[in-house]
Amino acid sequence: MATDVSNKFDVIVVGAGLAGLAAAHTCAQAGLETIVIERGTKPGTKNVMGGVLYTRPTAKVFPEFWKDAPVERPVIEQGAWLLTSDSAIKLAYRSQRFADDPPNAFTVLRVKLDKYFADQAEKSGALVICETLVEEVLTDGDNVIGVRCGRAEGDLYAPVVIIAEGVNSELTRQLGMQTDLKLDDTASVVKELIRLDPKVIEDRFNLSGEHEGTTIEMYGDATLGMLGTAFVYTNKDSISLGVGFLLSQAVEAAQTPYDMLQRLKQHSMVAPLIEGGETGEYMTHMIPEGGYNRMPQLFGHGVMVVGDAAMLVNGIHREGSNYALLSGQLAAETAIEAHENGDFSGKTLSHYRARLLDETPILRDLRKYRNAAHYVESHPALLSTYPDLVSDAMYEMLNVDDVPKRQKQWEIVRMVLRARSLVGMAWDGIDGARSML
Amino acid sequence: MNTAVCIKQVPDTTEVRIDPETNALVREGVPSIVNPFDAHATEEAVRLKERYGGTVTIISMGPPQATEAIKKCISFGADRGILLSDRAFAGSDTWATSYIIAAGLKRLMSEQPVDLILCGKQAIDGDTAQVGPGLARRLNLPQITYAISIEEVNLDARRVKVGRRLETGVEVVEAPLPALLTCVEEMNEIRYASLPNMIRAARYEPEVWGRDDLEVEDELLGFNGSPTVVSKIFAPPEREPGEIIPGGTEDPTGVAAVIADKLIEALGATASV
Amino acid sequence: MPKKPKGVLRLIAEKCIGCEVCVGECPFDALHMEAGLPVIDYEECKLCRKCVKACPTDAFYVEGEEEAVEEPQAEAISDTEADLQARLRQYSGVWVFVEQSGDQAHPVSWELLGRGRVLADTLGCSLSAVILGDGIDDLAPEAGYYGADTAYIVDDPVLAGYRPQPYAHGCLNLIRKYKPEIMLIGATTLGRDLAGAIATDLHTGLTADCTGLDIDELTRELRQTRPAFGGNIMATILTREHRPQMATVRPRVMEALPRDESRTVEIIREPLGLSEDEIATKVVGFKPDADLDKPNLTYATVIVTGGRGLGSPAGFELMKELADALGGVVGASRSTVDAGWISHDHQVGQTGTTVRPSLYIACGVSGAIQHRVGMQTSDTIVAINTDPEAPIFQIADYGIIGDLYKVVPELIKVANERNLKELLLGKASEAVS
Repeated sequence: MATDVSNKFDVIVVGAGLAGLAAAHTCAQAGLETIVIERGTKPGTKNVMGGVLYTRPTAKVFPEFWKDAPVERPVIEQGAWLLTSDSAIKLAYRSQRFADDPPNAFTVLRVKLDKYFADQAEKSGALVICETLVEEVLTDGDNVIGVRCGRAEGDLYAPVVIIAEGVNSELTRQLGMQTDLKLDDTASVVKELIRLDPKVIEDRFNLSGEHEGTTIEMYGDATLGMLGTAFVYTNKDSISLGVGFLLSQAVEAAQTPYDMLQRLKQHSMVAPLIEGGETGEYMTHMIPEGGYNRMPQLFGHGVMVVGDAAMLVNGIHREGSNYALLSGQLAAETAIEAHENGDFSGKTLSHYRARLLDETPILRDLRKYRNAAHYVESHPALLSTYPDLVSDAMYEMLNVDDVPKRQKQWEIVRMVLRARSLVGMAWDGIDGARSML
Repeated sequence: MNTAVCIKQVPDTTEVRIDPETNALVREGVPSIVNPFDAHATEEAVRLKERYGGTVTIISMGPPQATEAIKKCISFGADRGILLSDRAFAGSDTWATSYIIAAGLKRLMSEQPVDLILCGKQAIDGDTAQVGPGLARRLNLPQITYAISIEEVNLDARRVKVGRRLETGVEVVEAPLPALLTCVEEMNEIRYASLPNMIRAARYEPEVWGRDDLEVEDELLGFNGSPTVVSKIFAPPEREPGEIIPGGTEDPTGVAAVIADKLIEALGATASV
Repeated sequence: MPKKPKGVLRLIAEKCIGCEVCVGECPFDALHMEAGLPVIDYEECKLCRKCVKACPTDAFYVEGEEEAVEEPQAEAISDTEADLQARLRQYSGVWVFVEQSGDQAHPVSWELLGRGRVLADTLGCSLSAVILGDGIDDLAPEAGYYGADTAYIVDDPVLAGYRPQPYAHGCLNLIRKYKPEIMLIGATTLGRDLAGAIATDLHTGLTADCTGLDIDELTRELRQTRPAFGGNIMATILTREHRPQMATVRPRVMEALPRDESRTVEIIREPLGLSEDEIATKVVGFKPDADLDKPNLTYATVIVTGGRGLGSPAGFELMKELADALGGVVGASRSTVDAGWISHDHQVGQTGTTVRPSLYIACGVSGAIQHRVGMQTSDTIVAINTDPEAPIFQIADYGIIGDLYKVVPELIKVANERNLKELLLGKASEAVS
């Protein structure tokens, strides 16, 4: 049956997350016959992230998306809290400039958002096939020539395969592009949606309406002093509450992700924010934290790796979604170039890596922070011995104006704007600077 | 052998969540699925196609998003899908729904011969089991509900033999074609769709027929055409909670004895009334 | 008695698509095609209506009073409020369809008469039983014993086994002639099959699976209450402008009146007016279920239900032991059925069977709303669960917070020691007599 359907495409994308959809959208727009294979029932169902999407990198792939995409609230205030068991040092930066058109960043819910991006890719002509697992990559010698899906008549062929299957990518392992992950290469994020009336959310977070949102990152007691963060983001009629931490440390501390989340919900600083809310979906997800040092090979003959699958995540700034979008787009541009030249070897596809280096700060940033995670890890006191050390850090932090070097000041402002992670600056102010700059 | 299958897109009730405070249904984020019984009907139609040749046409009534459910049926192996969708159809009860779908089927049957019409036995959101019989009456077709097996289709004699799932066994009936069947889930196992069918479904755009594409009278559509009206919605009355017999963990023997006493007392009390 | 055909066959040329189906169907060669349209030879036409039925676009109709009502559209009268009220007033009386097989009535019929009695008394009208079948005379007095004032009987060999076409035909004739305002039918496979067909032709409202039926005394309307969305919401549904107001009700939802042999019933007989060769569908066989263990949950006196808390399919053996000790049958929650631990026949709840036993014991059942709506009218409910927050405790008469594997063996022991089975069975026989 259905023998009329061709199994040959110009590009196969494995995974309909942000990276995969960005790649598929870009390829399809250039007229390439593009198919996306996703194992979840819908794009986004297997995707979890804290829930902040930056406008600028996203708009590079999906121009003016904010006009009709299902975003939640523009982020006009970003906070960082250092928690002890019963108190908190709170820091916030709020600016109406964040609310300019378009705003700097939005809180988002992935299931809705990914559906939107998938629709955009489909409108451009990409096919999105869900509920289908890619079991293996088909190769001919060193060349990747297609994929085998877990369905009858499941072989698909294309001169370019873009692997965007997320963290813990089986396919890159199959191709020998990456070795097995270690526990400390991955972080786990657990997240819960707490449904609340929009008015209640706006009162509690000092917001004047649906057009304003806030994000808070929490450190210290929120993660039992483990390396990681907790977060509270305001959506339209819900709050995203979550904890992220390194798997290795969670195993050591014998804490289940669920325990950590419950603990956070009961924290005296957090409980009032979610009081009276109705608990919605509970999600858990792995995030690659290995960073630069653990990045797989990014390309081969007929294949490129993007997004989380490529470990393109900045553990310090918690930037994953914009890296995913940009890497997807660059891989797509490379695939388009390959089709133009009729050369799908690693020689052409290496331009993907070159583009990542030249056109984005991604690889440079990742390289810069390559030892940061391990630095904090080997200095457990950094996040657990408060209040002294942390408040010292805060002191440095709050005295930022006194730092004489203009260069340094600029660096911090840049971080505030680009990242939410104020703690990064706290580290910046203390001894850790060495490992970060 | 051409089959038409009537399907409905329904909320996946296994994932419907309840607001414990208001006891209201939280519909947000509840995925929509093809009504499971209709999925089995589609599977059966595809199996008939494999056996006897011909085509499978899906027909559904619903909002524009219901094209998703039709595409799902295309991935099961159906050939064509038609969505009956129009503002004028909104608010239809089962009477008006069968009126509209019958009009859609009549148009389909005017375009091509249809030998068999399959429906699910009922939809899991309303559980009424009324649209199938309604269609059979309106189209003047033999009505065979609760079909569990299609034992034989004789295209020369134009007859079909069908097993019906009744409370105490399976009744076998014979009827002339075309006939209308409503299907139970034991009829078949739904097979995992092949990749080419998934691709076909992803590319497929169902036809949409609106009010003006059908021969229907306005006063029989939607709210106006529905004999029933919902006059009130309320939380279900709950039985009063009784007592907790303590000691369930420490003293199961004692608890069992207390329960026996209570039962004997309760039975004695009602027996003497 | 052969009727003289009335009326004239007419073609609506705009509807005709020239498919020639009618020409092939006509047994009297009364139709032939001219310029793409069928032409009727009135000399030959016997008004058999084969063409009317066969026409895929309903292009034929019979002009004349009798058959005009076959078209549902014909009853779709748009009228003024006064006309409407006058039309509705033509309908009077509460009817209950008596489902029978092998001259045994399904108990749901008597349960509906029980509720119908209340409705008829409120309205101040009569309560009637509608009995169709072959050799079913004995059921008429029986219907009287359970509350009916009148029994409408259609007795015909064609009605020997249930088929929708002749049963709908018989019911429709009766309803059109005697115009009841309410018609109740059991929500069984037979009843659902029939009700949907009748309501379609009558162009009237039909409410499935009602759990509550009462009369709005001001408007005389039947308030039909049913669970919606898996039981999370109750909806009250009215049929405002159409009659009869039709409802189906599941077995064990209503209660039958005590059988009273002193009651008498008026019998009204009507012919079916349909011969076997006019009926398309033939019943050619019946394979009774081989599974004799199939539980009769609906009318069980005692049900012992296992839920997820059993931990494994093996837990149902313990349920069976307790059920045996109490003379009951085993029920199951939806999740255990979905997990494949036990067959769907055992499932209690909205998507399973509605039950109303004297004693319901829920073991390791959390008590989701869809389960509760199927069992909360049980006389006595006992719940055993390790989770004190389990919703089942909200409706249990007696709750035990503990491990079912510790408690149930003790219950089995005490049931045997104190002979609870006899006591429960005694109650069951009392209920029947």
